[in-house]
Amino acid sequence: MAADTQSGQGADPLVHILWMNGGLGCDGDSVALTAATQPSIEEIALGALPGLPRVAVHWPLIDFECGPETGADNFIEWWHKADRGELDPFVLVVEGSIPNEAIKSEGYWCGFGNNPATGQPMTTNEWLDRLAPKATVILAVGTCATYGGIHAMAGNPTGAMGVPDYLGWDWRSKAGLPIVCVPGCPIHPDNLSETILYLLYQVAGQAPMIPLDEALRPTWLFGATVHEGCDRAGYYEQGDFAAEYGSPKCLVKLGCWGPVVKCNVPKRGWINGVGGCPNVGGICIACTMPGFPDKFMPFMDEPPGSRVSTAASTLYGTVIRTLRGFTAKTADEEPKWRKRGNELLTGYQKNW
Amino acid sequence: MTTVDDTGIVEMAWDPITRIVGSLGIYTKIDFKAKRVVECHSTSSIFRGYSIFMKGKDPRDAHFITSRICGICGDNHATCSVYTQNMAYGVRPPHLGEWIINLGESAEYMFDHNIFQENLVGVDFCERMVAETNPGVLELANRTESPHAADHGYKYIGDIMRSLNPLEGEFYREALQVSRSTREMFCLMEGRHVHPSTLYPGGVGTTATVQLFTDYLTRLMRYVEFMKRVVPMHDDLFDFFYTALPGYEEVGRRRADLVCWGSLNDPEHCDFRYEHMTDWGRKMFVSPGVIRDGKLLTNDLVEINLGIRILLGSSYYDDWEDQEMFVTRDPLGNPVDRRHPWNQHTIPKPAKRDFDGKYSWVMSPRWFDGKDHLAADTGGGPIARLWATALGGLVDFGYVRSTGSSVQINLPKTVSKPAVTFEWKIPVDASGAPLSNAIERDRARTYFQAYAAACALYFTEKALAEIRAGRTKTWEPFSVPDEANSCGFTEAVRGVLSHHMVIRGGKIANYHPYPPTPWNASVRDSFGTPGPYEDAVQNTPIFEENPPDRFKGIDIMRAVRSFDPCLPCGVHMYLGNGKLLEKVHSPMSVILST
Repeated sequence: MAADTQSGQGADPLVHILWMNGGLGCDGDSVALTAATQPSIEEIALGALPGLPRVAVHWPLIDFECGPETGADNFIEWWHKADRGELDPFVLVVEGSIPNEAIKSEGYWCGFGNNPATGQPMTTNEWLDRLAPKATVILAVGTCATYGGIHAMAGNPTGAMGVPDYLGWDWRSKAGLPIVCVPGCPIHPDNLSETILYLLYQVAGQAPMIPLDEALRPTWLFGATVHEGCDRAGYYEQGDFAAEYGSPKCLVKLGCWGPVVKCNVPKRGWINGVGGCPNVGGICIACTMPGFPDKFMPFMDEPPGSRVSTAASTLYGTVIRTLRGFTAKTADEEPKWRKRGNELLTGYQKNW
Repeated sequence: MTTVDDTGIVEMAWDPITRIVGSLGIYTKIDFKAKRVVECHSTSSIFRGYSIFMKGKDPRDAHFITSRICGICGDNHATCSVYTQNMAYGVRPPHLGEWIINLGESAEYMFDHNIFQENLVGVDFCERMVAETNPGVLELANRTESPHAADHGYKYIGDIMRSLNPLEGEFYREALQVSRSTREMFCLMEGRHVHPSTLYPGGVGTTATVQLFTDYLTRLMRYVEFMKRVVPMHDDLFDFFYTALPGYEEVGRRRADLVCWGSLNDPEHCDFRYEHMTDWGRKMFVSPGVIRDGKLLTNDLVEINLGIRILLGSSYYDDWEDQEMFVTRDPLGNPVDRRHPWNQHTIPKPAKRDFDGKYSWVMSPRWFDGKDHLAADTGGGPIARLWATALGGLVDFGYVRSTGSSVQINLPKTVSKPAVTFEWKIPVDASGAPLSNAIERDRARTYFQAYAAACALYFTEKALAEIRAGRTKTWEPFSVPDEANSCGFTEAVRGVLSHHMVIRGGKIANYHPYPPTPWNASVRDSFGTPGPYEDAVQNTPIFEENPPDRFKGIDIMRAVRSFDPCLPCGVHMYLGNGKLLEKVHSPMSVILST
């Protein structure tokens, strides 16, 4: 999807988007982007929105280019160009959690293409080390890349973590931007495409600094809880709770974490307004949260804080909001083992 | 890393390969004089360790966790896990819940095959690509009239190719939109794509109303109309390649050793009890089957389960020969092998890539027929499904009928097109031998999209009948036993999917999922047998006209993509760079690293 091969200099700058799906992920966030309609990826790539800079998207999932290394149309060459400082500006999109390659003396957990100097795979970590100083923006997509996610669960063997855990929560790009985190497992399609759109406008000088909260999430997308946007909240207010899956009532007693989870899915639907989670009968398992998944398992049990708050839900008020605030703060923090270092802290007894 | 030795053998590597899901590398040696690939190794670079971090967790979390294995068919994992849990908990969901899962999974097939075929694979057949690799073929395509132009509207084959050009092509963009409307259908049933929110052991949480099925059915009928154009369009395009490039049958060809685990249960018959699995497996709307050299070996799910073997080749694991056996007998009393997933231990031991030693993270799944460990493939899913269903002769529900040698798909009248019957026949080459190659894998994909739509029409009728009769319950309560051994079988979009669980003390003691990609992308196993990608690419003839310095490798890419690679589904897979074949194909004395 490369518009052309020019650099970003001149009157009509070209912004490169380098999409690295080489983390510990499932490509679900790449797939989600193909579902986006507000805007769609073809609208971004073809410049179908006013004021957008020209964009060259280097995205493994649907890229035309597929030639051999050193041959014609070698896709990975764009990464090497960026590494050599030949692409500017570029947005680095990271998908998948970042393993801890330092907990072992040999081998690697994940890579993306090869390191020409060694003939061995270039690890995702090494790409991050090389490209982070040169990127105008780093966009972490999905809960794996943002906070570690499923692969950073207790007992994992790879020491997986999020991009901010790896680069540092205070990291700033050369243009002064923090890491931009759009969590979700997978990411909500339009939350992703809309954030990309915002960042392109910002890089083109048309939008101010993207507003982010303390977990580096765009505030307009993650400012409200699932519960605040859920069309079943009326049942909650009436103390009328589902006792079995399939009921149209509030799912809090069946494992829904909606009251403390920051996410706009019930309000936005999943795709073109269709689907979602508690609004269509699925418990919220808190997949956008830094504490996901560990702090919400077992998913199908009633959340511990909800017993008090549902019992008192008709007394809607300060007490309940304070209780929720307490649970929400814990849920909004990652488990302590997701960090850099030479030790594997997940509880897995390694054999190497 | 393009290296030529004095025999004209060139090493070429594609890493990462684009337009697939996940990170796959293909490392080849190509004889440009003979125009053949002489050696191929496939690699991928991701290890996450699901089987490790699931240990000790609540079994009810299994479908939420395993969905995250794959970002394009995660729901297949969630579904398979729910089946596995249903067996363990002894719960049988209400029929309506099962019809809703079937409708969600049908939508997944319709979505996923569509986007892969038209927006990923289709680009390999588009005007821009053909112009860059085989200009003569494009010229011929521009002069060749489409036999089914009246059905799809593209007068010349070249017009079909132009419509597939990325982003600019009209059909490319239409297909991208169809991938969205089919995902809306999916989300109606399973909440979210690709990790469902409404699936549970015991059924679904989906609120089942008349509106739910109306919303689904209207979108489905638009898809049926779409497929009435797409099936003849792809037949024309694929048939053209055989005539334009004589010998194209050999691209990506390997022996027709195919596996299909069956999918879409019939709630009238499926009680999720292992003891009855042989019977309800044969009632699935897509029949299971192990096919060897084109012939059906078995369609008995119990036999299929017991025949699965996980081999280590040269991978970064310690073997589990000295570890605990979890299951020595299945619930029917049959002995269970130590190398069966129920008894597998995943013990990673990362190491430097060493082609003379350990170089791979993959464990090679094989199917043991009592004598040989078959390196069978799924052909990307559809070809194995249609083949097994055609030979099984078990499916007949009006919209679809298996004849014993073909599958007939009957689609009703739509807004602008009359009722149509498509028939998929078991492909054979000019000599009548079974033909499993790149083009036929791709062709089957299109036919299976129509098959899935036909199934969904039936499921919608059955679901609405439940609603109209007032049976709106979608979920059945259950309790988690202290101990259980269970399994689930279905078809992920790109092929066989099985989950194998052991519960001890109410917690997961062992959980091993086996998705299609380890079957297809496995490396040489402990017997030295290459994996299917490697086997299919080796000896693929080269039709591309470019010299080595401008070589794109389009024929190799078509061979690989025909399997619909989905590397995250490797679960705990790293396929190392090439270990040399025992049999040396070329007189190279020094192997240069890639």
